[in-house]
Amino acid sequence: MESVNAKYVSQKISKTRWRPVSHSSLQQPDIFATGSWDNEDNKISFWSIGNHGSSGMDEGFEGDPQLLCEHKHDGDVLDLQFLDQDRIVTTSSTGAVTIFRHHQNSQTISVSQRWPRVHRYPCDNAPCTGVVCSSPEIVTVGEDGKIIVFRADQEGVIRVIENADSSTIHAVTYLRTTEILTVNSIGQLKLWDLRQQSNSPSQILSLSGDRLPLHCVDRHPNQQHIVATGGQDGMLCVWDVRQGSTPFSLMEAHSAEMWEVHFHPTNPDHLFTCSEDGSLLHWETSTHSDMPSFLQGGRNNSMISRSAMAPAGGNQSLISTWLSGDSSKGRLETTHMLPSQTLSVNSLDVLGQCLVCGTDGEAIFVNRQVPV
Amino acid sequence: MEELDVEPAITNIPAASDGKHLGFAWGPGDILAYETLYMAPGSGCSFIHEVRKDEDIYSPILRKLFNESHHIFVGLQTIREDLPSKNKKTQFVSISKNYRSVIRACMEELQQVAVSTKVAEVATQYGNQVSILLAIELIWNLCEVLFIDAAPAGPLLLHLLDWVRLHKGDVDEKAREVLQSESPAEHHDYWDVVVSYVLQGRFEEARQMLVKQATLQPAARNMYKLMDTLLSKMPFYNPGGTQTLTEFDVKWRHWHEEVDRCLQDNSFASNQHLEIICKILVGDEDTLLEHKELLSTWYHFLVTRLLFCHPTVKPTELHYYAQSCMTMFLDLRSVPEPLDSILLAAFEFDIHQVIKDCSIALNNWWFVAHLTDLLDHCKLLQSHNLHFGSNLREFLLLEYASGLFTHHSLWQLAVDYFDNCPEFGHVYLELQIERVPLDTERKALKVLRICEQRQMSEQVRSICKIMAMRALRNNRLGSALSWSIRAKDAAFATLISERFLQDYCARGTFSDLDLIDNLGPAMLLSDRLTFLVKYREFHKLYEENRFSEAAKLLLSLITAKIAPRSFWMTLLTDALPLLEQKEVIFSADQTHELMFCLEELTSSLNTTAPGTDRTMQVRISSCTQTCNRLQIKILRCKSAITIAMRKGKNAPGF
Repeated sequence: MESVNAKYVSQKISKTRWRPVSHSSLQQPDIFATGSWDNEDNKISFWSIGNHGSSGMDEGFEGDPQLLCEHKHDGDVLDLQFLDQDRIVTTSSTGAVTIFRHHQNSQTISVSQRWPRVHRYPCDNAPCTGVVCSSPEIVTVGEDGKIIVFRADQEGVIRVIENADSSTIHAVTYLRTTEILTVNSIGQLKLWDLRQQSNSPSQILSLSGDRLPLHCVDRHPNQQHIVATGGQDGMLCVWDVRQGSTPFSLMEAHSAEMWEVHFHPTNPDHLFTCSEDGSLLHWETSTHSDMPSFLQGGRNNSMISRSAMAPAGGNQSLISTWLSGDSSKGRLETTHMLPSQTLSVNSLDVLGQCLVCGTDGEAIFVNRQVPV
Repeated sequence: MEELDVEPAITNIPAASDGKHLGFAWGPGDILAYETLYMAPGSGCSFIHEVRKDEDIYSPILRKLFNESHHIFVGLQTIREDLPSKNKKTQFVSISKNYRSVIRACMEELQQVAVSTKVAEVATQYGNQVSILLAIELIWNLCEVLFIDAAPAGPLLLHLLDWVRLHKGDVDEKAREVLQSESPAEHHDYWDVVVSYVLQGRFEEARQMLVKQATLQPAARNMYKLMDTLLSKMPFYNPGGTQTLTEFDVKWRHWHEEVDRCLQDNSFASNQHLEIICKILVGDEDTLLEHKELLSTWYHFLVTRLLFCHPTVKPTELHYYAQSCMTMFLDLRSVPEPLDSILLAAFEFDIHQVIKDCSIALNNWWFVAHLTDLLDHCKLLQSHNLHFGSNLREFLLLEYASGLFTHHSLWQLAVDYFDNCPEFGHVYLELQIERVPLDTERKALKVLRICEQRQMSEQVRSICKIMAMRALRNNRLGSALSWSIRAKDAAFATLISERFLQDYCARGTFSDLDLIDNLGPAMLLSDRLTFLVKYREFHKLYEENRFSEAAKLLLSLITAKIAPRSFWMTLLTDALPLLEQKEVIFSADQTHELMFCLEELTSSLNTTAPGTDRTMQVRISSCTQTCNRLQIKILRCKSAITIAMRKGKNAPGF
């Protein structure tokens, strides 16, 4: 707990994202972006947590995040994604999608591309609720039930799937390079193959029965068929999109809406969720209760390193702990990562050993020593 | 009518002077003022002025104060009633300290901004806020010492010394300046610093400073040594020790007599500075008053006087000394400022006067609301009843929270304050929450969660209705239906189902199938919705060529009478292709029922026929044609069944 420190920022934070670090270096991230909501003037801001140098184990508590620069944002920032090291895509409650460029030499921000009112109803703007990007492609979703595809280097819109959903699409993520996954407000997961010209999903998965809205989705970084979602009741659902149309497992997590779920990008046995109930949870599946992973090969002496960045060929044999996992057997451990909180934790992002989250209590929390 | 405590403040509305008439309307936090017209139309101005009572909630730095203190406030409310009172007291003191540290952090930031800004106006504004926060912290700290910690004689003085030291920080600054100079002992502020240290009872520091002077004056070495001994020997009460208060008092009296002796035998006569210090040590009032500049406030004077004259002062005696010190210190002519009277009221242990004066003097409710709440938890406010509202604590919290609710972003904080007002909090929340503008679904969900957690079903319904209406206006039927299902709003669900059916009639296809096909038990919300879902199910069965199931469903839809009458024709028309199939699908009984429905429909058509307009007549005639076709088909079907029966074959339905 000691390594978590709060910084009050005088704006309710809707999104926080680390700036990506180059894959070659084993650097920890040091810059993150935040977006605000519900203010008269909303902003996107860039913050620095100072240079790490080494792992910083001895110091633990370093200074507050420092504001590098900020820029006015029309409407609430509903989602944020880094396109690359310098560019960030925001989606707005006014239906606009904007690419901002962060000039690191002068510490300024400029608008590099803007699509106003792309999400809209016949006579009104529709909030654009989510974005996912894989440079140069950008995919956004909105309350208007549309999926829109852009390219960062082109002015027009590449493709619009009208009526992709009859209700609000809350979040979107890539499943593979050409496939995306959306979650909506009636508890459905929809798979879309962007190569197909048809305007209907290639697969629909749904929660049985109560149609509780799903608010967030994240894909396992190595095993692309495993997907985690969170919704209105605060339950964490893990899905295997290859099998069945219902969730593989349901785990009680939060007592109110789960706003975000993230697998740790390099150590996917760890997962993080945050919620309207003001808590931030760290989930950890241990491969098998108390046996170190290298002993589990058994007679089958093919050793599999779980920390490998990407699975080697034949990954079908590798059963994910998230799918074999069974919370009742104690294989899954959860820990609260914030001291008692009352107001919603709207967003979190984790990269390396660093975690950042933002709340409606107008605070940003940074933890530099996430035990992963 | 009660008398007014103070003259009301006057706010000038620009562009509304010169005998123009003003009208106004109360808002939840602000007032709207507008010019009313008595003259010829067209000459007035079309502005509405928003008069804000509380500017502070718009300060970005003070927002941090509101957010951080909200967290402390919520923590305070969860302290359990049944804790032993001793544990509770330490908790309350630490909570009070938390509040103060938040104020201090806020103050420091304001100070920084005030210094760094280049705009003079902003600097003054921030400067003013700093001085307000300074006063707030000063009052809070004193209340903490007197009321919350409620230190008894002995420790009381120590706390008061800490209080004065904390708020008279300029001594340290001056000392630093002196020490950093080339020869500190010859610095022109040197003696000021030494005397200030003595006045605050900081003898260690004073002695260290005196050493510097002593080394410069070897001739007066003995005199300095004597002073050093006096200073080092002054007894301080040690609250953790075994010493009783009487023992301490005896010890202190000895020391006091010793100092007095030194003064009598002119030990320091040759050094005017040391003589002054000695006079201060003995508590000479005239000498103390000669150092008004260094004391700067009457309450510093009070604490210094207590230190050197009455170190075992009891809380109950405080008010006497406070009153006399204030009169002695302030000039006869000068009127005490609000801060002075607030502190005096505190020394008199008149909590209500403190809170009342603060409410009048300060321009926001933050301070009084939080302090009163804390004092109330300490069970210090029981005796007082208001002749309005519920009690003082709740009244002030409600005022503060209502102010927050008028802010476009801070309204979320207010909810927890309302929650902790047992009598009127819920009503306030109900009235305010409906006024939160809902720009996005995410915000609506947050507001909804607040309402649902508090069983505010009326508000839940109204929020869902707003969202459903908005979706409907934007032609998002699926969303609209989801919202009305969440609100369990049967009437609205019926309305939307009608729209779905109309759209189907117009286009021949269903929209939003992902929702309609997955409604589950929610379809039972309204008859019309159930019909919609079942009707869609019929189409699905038909598309899948499951004709007999489709026929059964269709017939039950017709006979169960949940279909809107206007839709009967469509349903019967849907039966046509089933009747035209090669194999027989409807059983004998089913054909009977179909026939019966058809007759009912035809008769109703005939009764409405005369006197209606042309388009209606055209529609009716087309309906009649369809009916005739149906009749023929049904009859054919019937005869087919009869033939089949005669042949003894197994016809459907037997």
